[in-house]
Amino acid sequence: MIPLDHVIGLSAVLFSLGVIGVLVRRNLIVMLMSVELMLNAANLAFIAFNRLWPGTDATPVLDGQVFVLLVITVAAAEVAVGMGILLALFRNRDSADPEEASLLKW
Amino acid sequence: MNFPTLLFYTFALLVVAGAVGTIANIRNTVAAAMSLVLTMVSLAGIYVLLGAHMIAVFQIMVYGGAIVVLFLFAVMLHGDEHEELPPGRMRLVKAASVLVAICVMAGLVRALVGFPELPAAPVGFGRARQVGIALYSDYVLLVEMVSQVLLAAIVGALVLAKRKID
Amino acid sequence: MVVAVFVKTAFILFVVIGVLAPIITWVERKQSALMQNRIGANRASVAGMTFIGLLHPAADVIKLLVKEDVVPAGANRVLHLLAPVMAAVPAIIAFAVIPFGGSYHFGETTIELVVANLDWGLLYIFAIGSLAAYGPILAGWASNSGWSFLGSLRASAQMLSYEVTLGFSVVGVFMVFQTLRLTDMAIAQDTTFRAFAFVEGLFGLTLPASLGWISALRLPNWGIFLQPLAFVLFLTAIMAENKRPPFDTPEGESEIVAGYHTEYSGMRFGLFYMSEFIGVVVIAGLITTIFFGGWSVPYLSQEMIIAGVGHFFGVGFATGFCMLVHFVSFMLKLAAMIWLQMALRWTLPRFRYDQVMNLCWKILLPLSLANILVTGAVILALEGAA
Repeated sequence: MIPLDHVIGLSAVLFSLGVIGVLVRRNLIVMLMSVELMLNAANLAFIAFNRLWPGTDATPVLDGQVFVLLVITVAAAEVAVGMGILLALFRNRDSADPEEASLLKW
Repeated sequence: MNFPTLLFYTFALLVVAGAVGTIANIRNTVAAAMSLVLTMVSLAGIYVLLGAHMIAVFQIMVYGGAIVVLFLFAVMLHGDEHEELPPGRMRLVKAASVLVAICVMAGLVRALVGFPELPAAPVGFGRARQVGIALYSDYVLLVEMVSQVLLAAIVGALVLAKRKID
Repeated sequence: MVVAVFVKTAFILFVVIGVLAPIITWVERKQSALMQNRIGANRASVAGMTFIGLLHPAADVIKLLVKEDVVPAGANRVLHLLAPVMAAVPAIIAFAVIPFGGSYHFGETTIELVVANLDWGLLYIFAIGSLAAYGPILAGWASNSGWSFLGSLRASAQMLSYEVTLGFSVVGVFMVFQTLRLTDMAIAQDTTFRAFAFVEGLFGLTLPASLGWISALRLPNWGIFLQPLAFVLFLTAIMAENKRPPFDTPEGESEIVAGYHTEYSGMRFGLFYMSEFIGVVVIAGLITTIFFGGWSVPYLSQEMIIAGVGHFFGVGFATGFCMLVHFVSFMLKLAAMIWLQMALRWTLPRFRYDQVMNLCWKILLPLSLANILVTGAVILALEGAA
């Protein structure tokens, strides 16, 4: 049987790697990817805990899995808008570095 | 160690390797994106081991098939750029942030131990029929709300990407 | 169990890669020759014997294997090597869930003629198909060539767009058969239904006794009769996914040389080439399973064959016979679907790139959504009438 401790540990590691990516990298695309890593860490925890309390044969409990589906949908929406912002930034600043976007108006 | 456990550790290793590849690939964003695909697909494998079959398929379809392709599309449209190390003081700040993140990770891992053994899963747990019933009975309102979020995202992305300022 | 999976996998790989893929390249040459009024594909010969051009696939393989393998200057070596593999692997592993026969009981043992009987088999195909986009994308990016790059941009946009229509087009089929498992879908099509029952259920019409034969007419319970629009949409979308003509804008040779695989030579070009032909077989298998009853024989269900033949030769022989008949039936349908794709490929000229995208977003997508709506309404009405 898969030990739940290790699944949650993996989730924590994945989340921290995502945090490091957002803090250290200066490329907007990679920062968005790191955000996806963090979202996936949360998804993994959701699924692991859902597996810990799966309900019974008559009334299975799938709350965690449904939340993961919603997170995936919202992540897709987030990436679509993020790419729109990225294209706008790149068109105006010719760079994917978010620190270039330091003016309030241009 | 039985076969599913072995598979879990293999996938876990691939997940971490992919995540490290994503954030550490400074010179090549396309390689970073491919590492992200590795992470996503391996995560789908772990989901299957944890009884979330439908979610695993959606994970591959949406993350592996759509989101990362979108990232690659963005890289292709504006070209890759080399990222240099930041100047003087910023470098210290970045190193400190990495240190903090690692400390948080260690704290999380230490705090989150001692869970009980996983119980046996019910029949058909996480299969298409059960997920479908859950989505369209208890969570139907959430599904509708998320569809509105998607619509808003489509419109927002179009407005942002189409606008010509100068 | 493990041995059975291994044997079935080896069998499929042999049939598809060893037999079907070479034959399809030959069929493609002969079909083009036929449609362009040429003799065609008769040069490769051994001791003066050409075997109606059947030696050409072997000549192809030898040529591709001995050709120099070039990695262009300035290319990203790792990604350039990875791209053909990323293109070929999804095409091959998609076969795991396509049933080439039903399940047969010999006393205690049960033989299922499918490698992996997943309960989300159809979604597995979509998941694998969505990963197939990486081959062209990486090829174009890693080649460091303008033509490749344009091709891969086109390929990624086209494959992402048509995936949406592809997914929606089969939702109606899920609703009718109420399963995602491809083996169950084939079993559900192993019966017949009374075609006129639709009209009776929906409009309450009945025919006079003199036209009784119309109202008694029974059709096989195939997807194409239940979901004809879904068939057209699915065929169009999945042919676009496979990037073969008339949807070959990513490699359109009159505009961008050879698109994403311009900079490939030798066996690595061969992998791209092969993955398209394997894609043709996967598409044929999927269409057969979803819309043409899979392995089933029209009007002769599995019980009828086993009972009929078993009456004379015993049940064990009858079951084996039935297995053989079903396999032959599947292969015949598969061949017909492959031929359909070849005929379309050599009949239609290439779409312009904007036409491809317009077709997807402005015509196919709304039609597939309408199909879902109408299917749901009809199912509700028929349930209310019953």
